[in-house]
Amino acid sequence: MVVLNAVIEAAGLEKTYPARDRGGTPFRAVAGIGLRVERGEAFGFLGPNGAGKSSTMRMLGGVSAPTAGTLRILGLDPAAHGRRVRARLGVVPQDDSLDVHLTVRENLLVYGRYFGLSRKAVRERAGELLEFARLTEKADERVEHLSGGMRRRLTIARALINDPEILLLDEPTTGLDPQARHVLWDRLFRLKQDGVTLILTTHYMDEAEQLCDRLVIMDKGLIADEGSPRELIERHITREVLELRFPPGEHEQVAVKLGRDGLPEPERLEVLPDRLLWYAEDGETALARATAAGVQPITALVRRATLEDVFLRLTGRSLTD
Amino acid sequence: MTPTLPRAGGAHLLVVRNLWVHKGGSPWTMALFSVFEPVLYLLAIGVGIGGLVGQVPGVEVPYAAYIAPALLATAVMNSALEETGQSAYAKLAFDRFYHSLIVTPMTVGGVVAGEVLWGMLRGLITGAGFLVVIAAFGLVQSPWILLAVPAGLLIGFAFGAASLAATGYMRGWHDFQYVQLVMLPMFLFATTFYPVTVYPPVIRVLVETLPLYHAIELVRGLALGRLAPGLLLNAAYLIVFGALFLVWARRRWAWLLAS
Ligand SMILES: Nc1ncnc2c1ncn2[C@@H]1O[C@H](COP(=O)(O)OP(=O)(O)OP(=O)(O)O)[C@@H](O)[C@H]1O
Ligand SMILES: [Mg+2]
Repeated sequence: MVVLNAVIEAAGLEKTYPARDRGGTPFRAVAGIGLRVERGEAFGFLGPNGAGKSSTMRMLGGVSAPTAGTLRILGLDPAAHGRRVRARLGVVPQDDSLDVHLTVRENLLVYGRYFGLSRKAVRERAGELLEFARLTEKADERVEHLSGGMRRRLTIARALINDPEILLLDEPTTGLDPQARHVLWDRLFRLKQDGVTLILTTHYMDEAEQLCDRLVIMDKGLIADEGSPRELIERHITREVLELRFPPGEHEQVAVKLGRDGLPEPERLEVLPDRLLWYAEDGETALARATAAGVQPITALVRRATLEDVFLRLTGRSLTD
Repeated sequence: MTPTLPRAGGAHLLVVRNLWVHKGGSPWTMALFSVFEPVLYLLAIGVGIGGLVGQVPGVEVPYAAYIAPALLATAVMNSALEETGQSAYAKLAFDRFYHSLIVTPMTVGGVVAGEVLWGMLRGLITGAGFLVVIAAFGLVQSPWILLAVPAGLLIGFAFGAASLAATGYMRGWHDFQYVQLVMLPMFLFATTFYPVTVYPPVIRVLVETLPLYHAIELVRGLALGRLAPGLLLNAAYLIVFGALFLVWARRRWAWLLAS
């Protein structure tokens, strides 16, 4: 049984950054979005660079004040109860902001103190988290000497120091090697089972499919669509995709030749810089039709539609302009 | 786990963190570096030029004993400036240190107060260190000089707060040159090396508005044992000056960190 209990509720949320210098124009990074995240859910943000994901995450973290709209985190208004809200959140920012002058362990110890935890409680917790992040051997190294991936792991461990109810992760696995990513997914999965709400952004579609119960695709400060990975694929994309490659520069021509504008619904042709995507219920039939039309691709590949296709579809225009 | 939120926005925790980072160096090595420059001034000007000057008219103490308290006040000021100036800027712009604090229950007010407190603490250490130097040079004129150390807390407060506010406006390292543009003339002309009475009245009023003037008056008054109600005024000036800039710094840093 799922008890609905929203931990995040947002409506008409906007963020406009003031102009950097005199005479500049203010910039609206988030242009009015609505969200509802239930307790225990794993919720994702996808979107191209500059879509406003990090700006949204900073508002959800109770740090950056929304320019307009309403926001409730754990039932509280962060403008009035910022500290109480932040005490119950864990935040992994996009850019690591570890205390580079301290050691790995000290980073955890000092950070726990910022949450008002006792010295004893922090010591215990730090030990567990070092294990969790597989950094026990590096405990006494200065952060300066860690690799990028280790820093990322430490940043995530640090965000867990206060046993947060909501964990906000802005591109948690960027810069991690495949093995570390899988370990992290496993850890996040376990946190989710313990009832922690996960909110994350990512540029990895497999990560989103693996981790997220529900996600939104953002583009230019707005939510383009929302749903489970499965729902989104079904809503926007055919079952299969035929990928065709031609010599550079010919894709546009071929698309016309294949009758791009006259395809029967829900089929569609999408021209990418390096290939042509033909969305069709049956990829093999589409390939046969292409061959019949006399086009000769360098390579042809039929595959199942994925979240990436949805992403390209919903944000494709910003990819080509 | 239901943590209790740190009191005072966590200001003390920031001081603890800074101490932790500096734990390699004991307070005395810190003080050693901070008193190096004023000791050179004391030698070159106090002892060197002092040999020509003899006694300062109207005060009747050896010249070196006259400028030593001013150098103490300046050294305390510089220690506070260092921590809340370039050091805070590096933490803001390169380490993203403060950004990592404001996602915790620490508040911007706590962060600002913590850094100013830290600046005061550094000033205190420097003040104590320079006091030892003054004693070693045999320049102690009055036991009241011991109060120069707590007076240094006020100096650290005033300059720490002002400098942290200014740091909030820095666009790059080059902007710190403007700070020098203000600090150097203030150091030279705020009665460090001679009494304010040498100035014509108009300039004198101008000098008397400088915060360093009040810092020097306060420390010098105590060091020479010339207690007068005016000292309370000097102290009040530093407190009000610091409080105003503390409010300003808090506003500016809230804007910087929460955007
Ligand atoms: N502090 C800021 N001041 C001014 N503009 C900002 C600020 N932060 C972000 N922006 C602008 O807002 C827009 C959205 O930025 P944001 O960081 O939210 O994007 P994002 O979706 O996280 O992108 P990415 O995938 O590259 O991380 C960008 O155009 C960015 O330049
Ligand atoms: Mg981002």
